[in-house]
Amino acid sequence: MRLNERQKMMVALFTSSLLLLLLISCGWLLSDDGLQTNGALKNEPPSLAHWFGTDWLGRDMFTRVLKGLQLSLGVGLLGAIIGVTLAFVLGMLAGTFGGWVDAVIGWCIDLFIGMPHLIFIILIAFSVGGGMKGIVLGVGLTHWPSLARLIRAEVQALRQAEYMLVAEQLGRTKWQMSREHLFPHLFPHLIIGFVLLFPHAILHEAALTFLGFGLSVQTPAIGIILSEALHHISTGHWWLTLIPGGVLLLVVKSFDEVGERLKQLLRPQTSQQ
Amino acid sequence: MKEMIYTVMRGGSLLFGLSVLTFTLVYYSPVDPIQAYIGGGTYMTEDQRQQLEEKWGLNDHPVQQYVRWATALLGGDFGQSTIYQRPVSTLIQERAGATLLLMTVAWTVSGLFGFTLGVWAAVSRGRMIDRLIRWYSYIQASVPTFWLGLLLLMIFSVYLQWFPVGLSAPPGKLLANVTWGDRLYHLWLPALTLSVIGTAQVTLHTREKMINVLESDYVLFAKARGASTGQIVKRHGLKNAVLPALMLHFSYVGELFGGSVLAEQVFSYPGLGAMVTEAGLKADVPLLLGIVLCSSVFVFIGNVCADFLKQWIDPRTKKRVSYDAIE
Repeated sequence: MRLNERQKMMVALFTSSLLLLLLISCGWLLSDDGLQTNGALKNEPPSLAHWFGTDWLGRDMFTRVLKGLQLSLGVGLLGAIIGVTLAFVLGMLAGTFGGWVDAVIGWCIDLFIGMPHLIFIILIAFSVGGGMKGIVLGVGLTHWPSLARLIRAEVQALRQAEYMLVAEQLGRTKWQMSREHLFPHLFPHLIIGFVLLFPHAILHEAALTFLGFGLSVQTPAIGIILSEALHHISTGHWWLTLIPGGVLLLVVKSFDEVGERLKQLLRPQTSQQ
Repeated sequence: MKEMIYTVMRGGSLLFGLSVLTFTLVYYSPVDPIQAYIGGGTYMTEDQRQQLEEKWGLNDHPVQQYVRWATALLGGDFGQSTIYQRPVSTLIQERAGATLLLMTVAWTVSGLFGFTLGVWAAVSRGRMIDRLIRWYSYIQASVPTFWLGLLLLMIFSVYLQWFPVGLSAPPGKLLANVTWGDRLYHLWLPALTLSVIGTAQVTLHTREKMINVLESDYVLFAKARGASTGQIVKRHGLKNAVLPALMLHFSYVGELFGGSVLAEQVFSYPGLGAMVTEAGLKADVPLLLGIVLCSSVFVFIGNVCADFLKQWIDPRTKKRVSYDAIE
């Protein structure tokens, strides 16, 4: 059976979404039993009983990885909400009002873009005293500028559109015009920006936990699992490194895929690029 | 000239903003500087504490504190690191070399490699090799830096034992005796990690650009005249594709810095990145602030370089100062 481009796209969208759903529900349904240490089952390679093997304390890696993903998704969700909200509000303000509002916001965008993300996240994590809060805020506060810039440009372009000019002539207030004309137009951007922020958020969360910021060592998080794998790397237990990172990559790519496909669906005019 | 002044002024204001922002973040941190200074588990009497607060001026107005800090910064005084008990500026100077070396190698290699792959993919568009390259870039764009580092470490250092597990020089050797060979040997894996991580963007971008060129009328004309693919790529393609790729790659410097933090952690490579992690974890405020500021200045310089380079290579862009293009 040959599929056309659109059908292929739908298949990709569907598969990625399904995979993500599966991973999330699995993490939810799994009991915490696998997190117990078990002296009899140390360093088992992947088998039917333990799909991802066990670590040097006999903990089931499958449970740890899925529970870790749960955390990643939570952080991703909150971080993305913060980031998208910031980007949307600031982008709208800058685009609608122009003038000095635009100048100030543009300056802020330059300021935040100028800093290396990870270093800035470390600083934020430090300044709120570490923990989940630090990671979520760090991720949220560093990822808004490029989306804000996009929305600002979009609003500026829209302001020149004829129907906007007409609406202005008819005496609509800026608030009304934003609500009736701008927002529906920008909504797809919002959704796409939200989904596409996820992969960044998850990767940064993993990086931050890997470096050891915030979470206690008992928390199952992909970054912590991998940082433990680093300490035991000379034992040559490949499954401790390969599988958790591979699953992380799979999740990130799935989100990426969903985001890109949604972009094609919601904004077909830009899908050719 | 006017643009230059504008750039410098804008840069100055951004640096000022940056210093205020970082100061504010640290000022409102719940980490108590005095407790962090004396270390956990140690106690001091209320009297001693007050003396220290007095000496450091912790009870002054935040603006006063900021001004004092900023004036010291301008004089090149970053303060004293609480972990190492040495001036931050000396520490940064010591470590910056290693990080710069790592980043320069990674930046150059990933740029060249990515560009070559991009051109190759564009020339063989639609064929197997193009698909492979695209697929590789697509996957690689989302690979976590530290995971790749771990995999390389596992393959090359643990299984094959070709490379050392870390550090920038063999342990137990005096700094003066470390040869360039030693350094390169230890630089290999972190540099490889960062080089691989940096290629995807350049590759995809170059491929797109090259395809545009190859579909243009002048290339069609060149083909009609009987020019070979190699000639066309050399005469028309490279000139058009190199600039955008370079621009893109300059804007990648910031991300590279983040990547080097992770790579340094994985390979325990003693550079700025490993130090910023340590400073953050052990609440060494002066060191943390020093490195944050230095890295931002570094990225900022990268962006400005890109801007001037663009104007120099392509004078048409001189008319407007566009920061938006750097993205």
